[in-house]
Amino acid sequence: MLDFFASMVPTFIWDIWNSLPPTIQYLTITVWKILFVMIVVILIVAFSTYFERKVIGRMQARVGPNRVGPLGLGQPFADVIKLLIKEVIVPSQSSKFLFVIAPLLSLIPALAAWAVIPLNDWYVIADINAGLLFVLALTSVGVYGVILAGWATNSKYALLGAMRSAAQIVAYEIAMGFALVGVLMASGSLNLGDIVMAQGGGVSQWFLIPLFPLFIVFWISGVAETNRAPFDVAEGESEIVAGFHVEYSGVGFAIFFLAEYANMVLISTLTAIFFLGGWASPFEGWTFLNDIVGLSWLTVGGLHWLFIKMCLFMYIFFWFRATFPRYRYDQIMRLGWKIFIPVTIIWIAVEGAMAWFQIGPWSGLGA
Amino acid sequence: MFQSIMFYTFALIMLGAATGVVFSRNPVHAVMFLVLTFFQSAVLWLMAEAEFLAIVLVLVYVGAVMVLFLFVVMMLDVNIEAAKRGLTRYAPFGIGIALLMVVQLMQLIWSRGHGFAGTGGFAATPEGYSNTKALGAVLYTEHVYAFEIAAVILLLAIVAAITLTMRKRPGIKVQNIAEQVAVRAKDRIRVVKMDAEKRQ
Repeated sequence: MLDFFASMVPTFIWDIWNSLPPTIQYLTITVWKILFVMIVVILIVAFSTYFERKVIGRMQARVGPNRVGPLGLGQPFADVIKLLIKEVIVPSQSSKFLFVIAPLLSLIPALAAWAVIPLNDWYVIADINAGLLFVLALTSVGVYGVILAGWATNSKYALLGAMRSAAQIVAYEIAMGFALVGVLMASGSLNLGDIVMAQGGGVSQWFLIPLFPLFIVFWISGVAETNRAPFDVAEGESEIVAGFHVEYSGVGFAIFFLAEYANMVLISTLTAIFFLGGWASPFEGWTFLNDIVGLSWLTVGGLHWLFIKMCLFMYIFFWFRATFPRYRYDQIMRLGWKIFIPVTIIWIAVEGAMAWFQIGPWSGLGA
Repeated sequence: MFQSIMFYTFALIMLGAATGVVFSRNPVHAVMFLVLTFFQSAVLWLMAEAEFLAIVLVLVYVGAVMVLFLFVVMMLDVNIEAAKRGLTRYAPFGIGIALLMVVQLMQLIWSRGHGFAGTGGFAATPEGYSNTKALGAVLYTEHVYAFEIAAVILLLAIVAAITLTMRKRPGIKVQNIAEQVAVRAKDRIRVVKMDAEKRQ
């Protein structure tokens, strides 16, 4: 990585850089890494709102936003500016401090989880060994924003939304955790970089194939964790107006919105990393593609593949929203507790048996 | 130096939050202070390079247990005045228990032979050492029986808790999912053919 930059900058800058103490060098690199990831995530969030409205528009035989800028591409920025200049209203009977920090509590974990996500073979902010656990811990902390917003608002609708969300997230987190047990059994590591490495070598090596039931469980639980349709009972605009964020306006609402989309991007990326090989190329080893001009990038793993896979899952999020009716509450609980958890437990046992009898891609790790 | 500053900062916030749990007037605020306390102790564990325990503390206590706690506390209508009276009455017991724990901890530190001085921060672990792997290796070999007994006790607790709440009340309304799924359109609607009527 440093070699790449070394060729880009003049030598005297390079000399100044080398004279700095290692701590300062490390801090500078890390801060730039964090800035890059944050800016990219926020830009993806901004344009995914545009993407969502276009996709849903097309599915409902409309055109979607097309007024602001060319093709309506300025729409996300127009929305952000509109939300920022709106008045912030704090209900007089609310718990002021919690009302104000609740949106932040839902946004911070969604962004902090990016610290351990590998974007390609060297770009990861913190290459820690317990990366998978870190991600699970942070996604489970995100629920506080929703619960506290619902409680601090001091409104019946908001409290109902918060209660629904809490029960739903606690239920689906267990299924999600069990699905990840399968992933770490297959990869033999909690480090997200190693999990991607274990899936290197083309489509046939992806965990999607041997762990298909766990992939389905993880993905649907992920949709439920983000409170998106068809699991959006926490908002449920036709029953409880807007649920936990019914009293939020202006910036508070904007931050909840940002947190929801940041969580969607995070879940899409995590699904891509755990089951679709992350930044690894699906066409690795297809050497004939290298001979065709303009297609050689297909066989090389990197950020572009992670981005393509993430976009695929984001599209599925929007597709769900456009086509599925909202789940009934008791059906959500039934699906989480009575179907997903047994499925994951059975598949972990199957996986253990396969590892023991040396069947499948992880045969080298078992026994 | 840097490590000491970090340690004392997080330890101070932790103590402050723990005091907040006891003295805050609102039960929901008390739960949030407890969450903050857990976070700070997780950071202290991280500094001791026990990253597995630290993350699991956040995952299990903050992510699951405290969410359910918050759930219950929000639903209950706690009488704050009654709780305040309890504070002064139970304070001597609480202080007594705290003192007992301090004495036990001191005994533990003495018995390890460190004394009170010269502990000099946390011991560094060698390169490539994985806390998670080390813990797993001990848990599934040396302590496997204790581990499995703990698992069985937890399972028993789950079964017991569910049986206690599963009371069969008469007249309770439950959805029969299989019946609902098996429903077809012809069970619910009747298509009637009728001739167009003449305008009156």
